[in-house]
Amino acid sequence: MSDVITLAHGSGGHKTGELISEVFRKNLGNEYFTSDDAAVMPAPEGRIAMSTDGFIVSPWEFPGGNIGKLSVCGTVNDLACMGAKPLYLTCSYVIEEGFPISELEKVAQAMGETARKAGVKIVAGDTKVAGKGQVDQIFITTAGVGVIPDGVNMSGAYAKPGDKIIVTGDVGRHGTTILLARGDYGIDAEVTSDCAPLWNEVEAALGVCPGMHVIRDATRGGVGTVMYEITEQSDVGVKLDREKIPVDDAVRGVTGMLGLEPLYLACEGTMVMICPAEYADKVVEALHGCEHGKGAAIIGEITEENNGRVVMTTEIGGMTYLPKPGNELLPRIC
Amino acid sequence: MSANITDPIEFLKNYDGPEIRIMEVCGTHTHEIFRQGVRRLLSPKIHLISGPGCPVCVTPVNFIDEAVFLALEKGCTITTFGDLVRVPGSKMSLAGARAKGANVKVVYSPADAEKYAEEHPEEQVVFLSVGFETTTPSDVIAVKRAAGAGIDNFSLLTANKTMPGAYEAMASSCDAYIYPGHVHAIIGTKICEDGLAKGVSGVITGFTGDELVTALAIIVKKFSEGKPFFVNAYPRVVTDEGSPAAVALVDKFMEPCDAEWRGIGVIPGSGMQLRDEYAAYDARKKYDVPAMNPDYKTACRCGDVLQGKIEPNQCPLFGKACNPDHPVGACMVSDEGACSAFYMYGGEI
Repeated sequence: MSDVITLAHGSGGHKTGELISEVFRKNLGNEYFTSDDAAVMPAPEGRIAMSTDGFIVSPWEFPGGNIGKLSVCGTVNDLACMGAKPLYLTCSYVIEEGFPISELEKVAQAMGETARKAGVKIVAGDTKVAGKGQVDQIFITTAGVGVIPDGVNMSGAYAKPGDKIIVTGDVGRHGTTILLARGDYGIDAEVTSDCAPLWNEVEAALGVCPGMHVIRDATRGGVGTVMYEITEQSDVGVKLDREKIPVDDAVRGVTGMLGLEPLYLACEGTMVMICPAEYADKVVEALHGCEHGKGAAIIGEITEENNGRVVMTTEIGGMTYLPKPGNELLPRIC
Repeated sequence: MSANITDPIEFLKNYDGPEIRIMEVCGTHTHEIFRQGVRRLLSPKIHLISGPGCPVCVTPVNFIDEAVFLALEKGCTITTFGDLVRVPGSKMSLAGARAKGANVKVVYSPADAEKYAEEHPEEQVVFLSVGFETTTPSDVIAVKRAAGAGIDNFSLLTANKTMPGAYEAMASSCDAYIYPGHVHAIIGTKICEDGLAKGVSGVITGFTGDELVTALAIIVKKFSEGKPFFVNAYPRVVTDEGSPAAVALVDKFMEPCDAEWRGIGVIPGSGMQLRDEYAAYDARKKYDVPAMNPDYKTACRCGDVLQGKIEPNQCPLFGKACNPDHPVGACMVSDEGACSAFYMYGGEI
């Protein structure tokens, strides 16, 4: 096989076949992975959830992951936010002519590994090659199907005054990682993306609190944007306790230097959960028992007052508003 | 701090002496005061005024017009801190000029701008040199480096300012200043001592919430004792003599000049410009920038906000025609501007 992706790899001919068997099938293959026009699987019982997401992160490789891992986590987590156990994914690659095949192998490897970890099967895929300069290296779109257990019924519109707000881990790490990986600021810091599939964490939380009201993954726009979305969808206010919000020391340092609010930086392995107050401690305890839930914490509550706003206690014991989400801080973070 | 204040926040909450107006003159202080919700912790007798200490906020309309002229008429590449791009000029902002084809590049330091000039000898690169004593040395270092390396396509459009003139000009607007720690780390404390001799009170402090409330407690306590005062509450950073090396460096390249402050007017001797020997690095001289006399009328009351005459939300444009997405006044552009901070964090809770 040649060293780099050429237009022939996207032609559907023998080069495409070579790429599928030597890169994709090798890393992603399973009993449903299809060479036909569509994958055929048994239908799950109950309600299904379906989601799709495109990934154009720059750089495509970053501390803690790459676009392959991210593209599995993103869709798996979107499904998990609805309480759906992720079952099947499809993936569609758009690759720039000249992209090294050894790098593509890394992407596919990360994708396969993450899918196995998340318990999800990649059943179909597509590869297109775009001419030099028509895309930036590699873009991936994934779509996924999951099944929702009976009794689970969540939505951003279901938050109620008195509910507790939980984050499953520290905030703003993926956004900070990408920002540093681009090297624009000339700052070095030990920050690794939190990028992770979170179905196990969601399953554990739902295990102790099947009546969970809301789960959201705090990707673009971070936890702050999620909070403002919830105030609108549920017609409530939010009160956060700044001291309780977990932030990695290096993230705190970098954002402090650049004047950025960690609550507005993307997470790819941290979710927001909103549940009735009496379940909050149990949910946090259950999360602490999971691989990606060790940093879980209750960070605030839903309020009737301050409708449409997010207020926050401050380090010195004052109260302030969390500024409303502004323009996108960083394009192409996922 | 005074031995008999054990909890500065409680003290500030319960203060019941004469009304006091305290002005912070640093944008970083303004931002932190709002971010920490400091105003909501204070007794109604204590009034905070966000003064003219954000370099973007005090940059006058004609400075933006000059930059737009250089970009559009002279074809210069404008390098600047991001905040300035959206500040309205009389006809357009630099963002508007960019939409018309101007080359406007956001940089994070004057050194980056100088490096860009070095790497792009085919472009005429102008850096918008704004800021106070804290940042002027780095502007000067960029000129020094360009001169040393024989870079002749780099220059500064200066709007550098110094605080002492502003302290004097604004003294009647407040009872005491929160002096900015970083400015005084450069210029030392003499100016504050001189102010004290003229009856101007103030406390130098740092930028954390704790440092700010401590400084406020000192100010209120001293104020209620009835005599003018000056306290350096940031001695780990600010020494009496400041940084003579930085002052000497700036002095070698720059000299004082009159400067216009947006919304306030001209304060004599409160600006810095390049000395004649460095005219080749002065964009105004290098490109024969004509005097800009903008016919610019607006209902924006930035000047009254900066002088503490009104709160940001008393301006008729606040939150309506003027908001962070569509700023009319400069105070709404930068995160450190009084109006922007008030918009993001202010109001009743």
